[in-house]
Amino acid sequence: MTATVASVHPETASARSLTIDVPGWRGNIAGQHVDVRLTAEDGYQAVRSYSLASSGPGATLQLAVDRLPDGEVSPYLVDDVLPGDQLEIRGPLGGWFVWEPSLAGSVQLIAGGSGIVPLMAMIRSRAASASTSPFRLLYSVRNPDDVFFRAELETPTPGLEVTWAYTRATPTGWPRPTGRVTGDDLSAHCFPASENPAVFVCGPTGFVEAVANALVLLGHDPARVKTERFGGA
Amino acid sequence: MAGHVDGNALAGPLSELFAFDPTTASARCASCGDTAVLARAMVYEKPHSFIVRCSACDAVLMVVLQKGDATEIDLGGLAWLRTLG
Ligand SMILES: Cc1cc2nc3c(=O)[nH]c(=O)nc-3n(C[C@H](O)[C@H](O)[C@H](O)COP(=O)(O)OP(=O)(O)OC[C@H]3O[C@@H](n4cnc5c(N)ncnc54)[C@H](O)[C@@H]3O)c2cc1C
Ligand SMILES: [Zn+2]
Repeated sequence: MTATVASVHPETASARSLTIDVPGWRGNIAGQHVDVRLTAEDGYQAVRSYSLASSGPGATLQLAVDRLPDGEVSPYLVDDVLPGDQLEIRGPLGGWFVWEPSLAGSVQLIAGGSGIVPLMAMIRSRAASASTSPFRLLYSVRNPDDVFFRAELETPTPGLEVTWAYTRATPTGWPRPTGRVTGDDLSAHCFPASENPAVFVCGPTGFVEAVANALVLLGHDPARVKTERFGGA
Repeated sequence: MAGHVDGNALAGPLSELFAFDPTTASARCASCGDTAVLARAMVYEKPHSFIVRCSACDAVLMVVLQKGDATEIDLGGLAWLRTLG
């Protein structure tokens, strides 16, 4: 399918969101992704997956992409793409790492960096629906400037609690020292295993694996912990 | 080994071959017998291929090869693949 870039918006110093129009899009559920295929003038092709921050029946979608300095595709999407440009996409893809408003029960979201993107779709899907499922988000970012979707997450909709964890620099006076998310963070800020929440963990592969292992040690049922690895170490 | 992702990333490449979304199907590892949805497998991307490994024992479950516009899957490491419901 051919997507046309409608607008671009900086999210952080290294990331931006892209709003794209996709005629013929059949809608998507929160958590799904698209594969974006770029073709160079010499015919060389590169395909990468990008989660959708949007969901529902509409044909206007939102992606948000973080730039990896040595990356093949992400610098192009973050620095070069302009409104009016076209992208070749395939989707919606993935039926497992998804949340739908018809699902009852508490939902614990845990994001590292750009891993917030599919979780943002879940947050927005809940807000746009009649769902009363309580949501909590634990969002790990390098520093206070590294936050995607800041306005929406700093004033969350009722029923959503947001906890920030900074790995390199904190706002002044912040109680928690910088560092990776630990089991103590998870037990202090997440729904306990006894509540049997649905848990969605997304971000760099190392982050996802460390968090998922810590959740299981805290007693969460591995079957209730869904993971999506974005790659990297 | 270089970084890896997981079975969620197979949804696009496998959409060429399957009418359903195989990442939500249960896959049984022929080596250790572990059964898990394909989305939980470990996926190592190589030029023109994806090596899919069991998250329990690391054995190769399948290899997805992209040959131009054609997609080929070597399913040798799978005992079976079953849709849910
Ligand atoms: C299902 C799925 C959904 C995704 N959704 C998003 C999304 O919404 N937003 C987003 O920004 N990215 C997302 N990604 C990651 C994205 O697909 C690309 O991997 C990423 O943009 C890097 O591509 P690149 O071509 O720029 O880098 P490449 O040229 O592929 O890689 C450059 C170097 O960076 C390393 N690397 C690759 N990925 C990462 C990573 N995530 N973190 C750290 N190092 C890495 C590589 O090992 C390599 O050494 C998703 C991945 C998957 C599998
Ligand atoms: Zn196995």
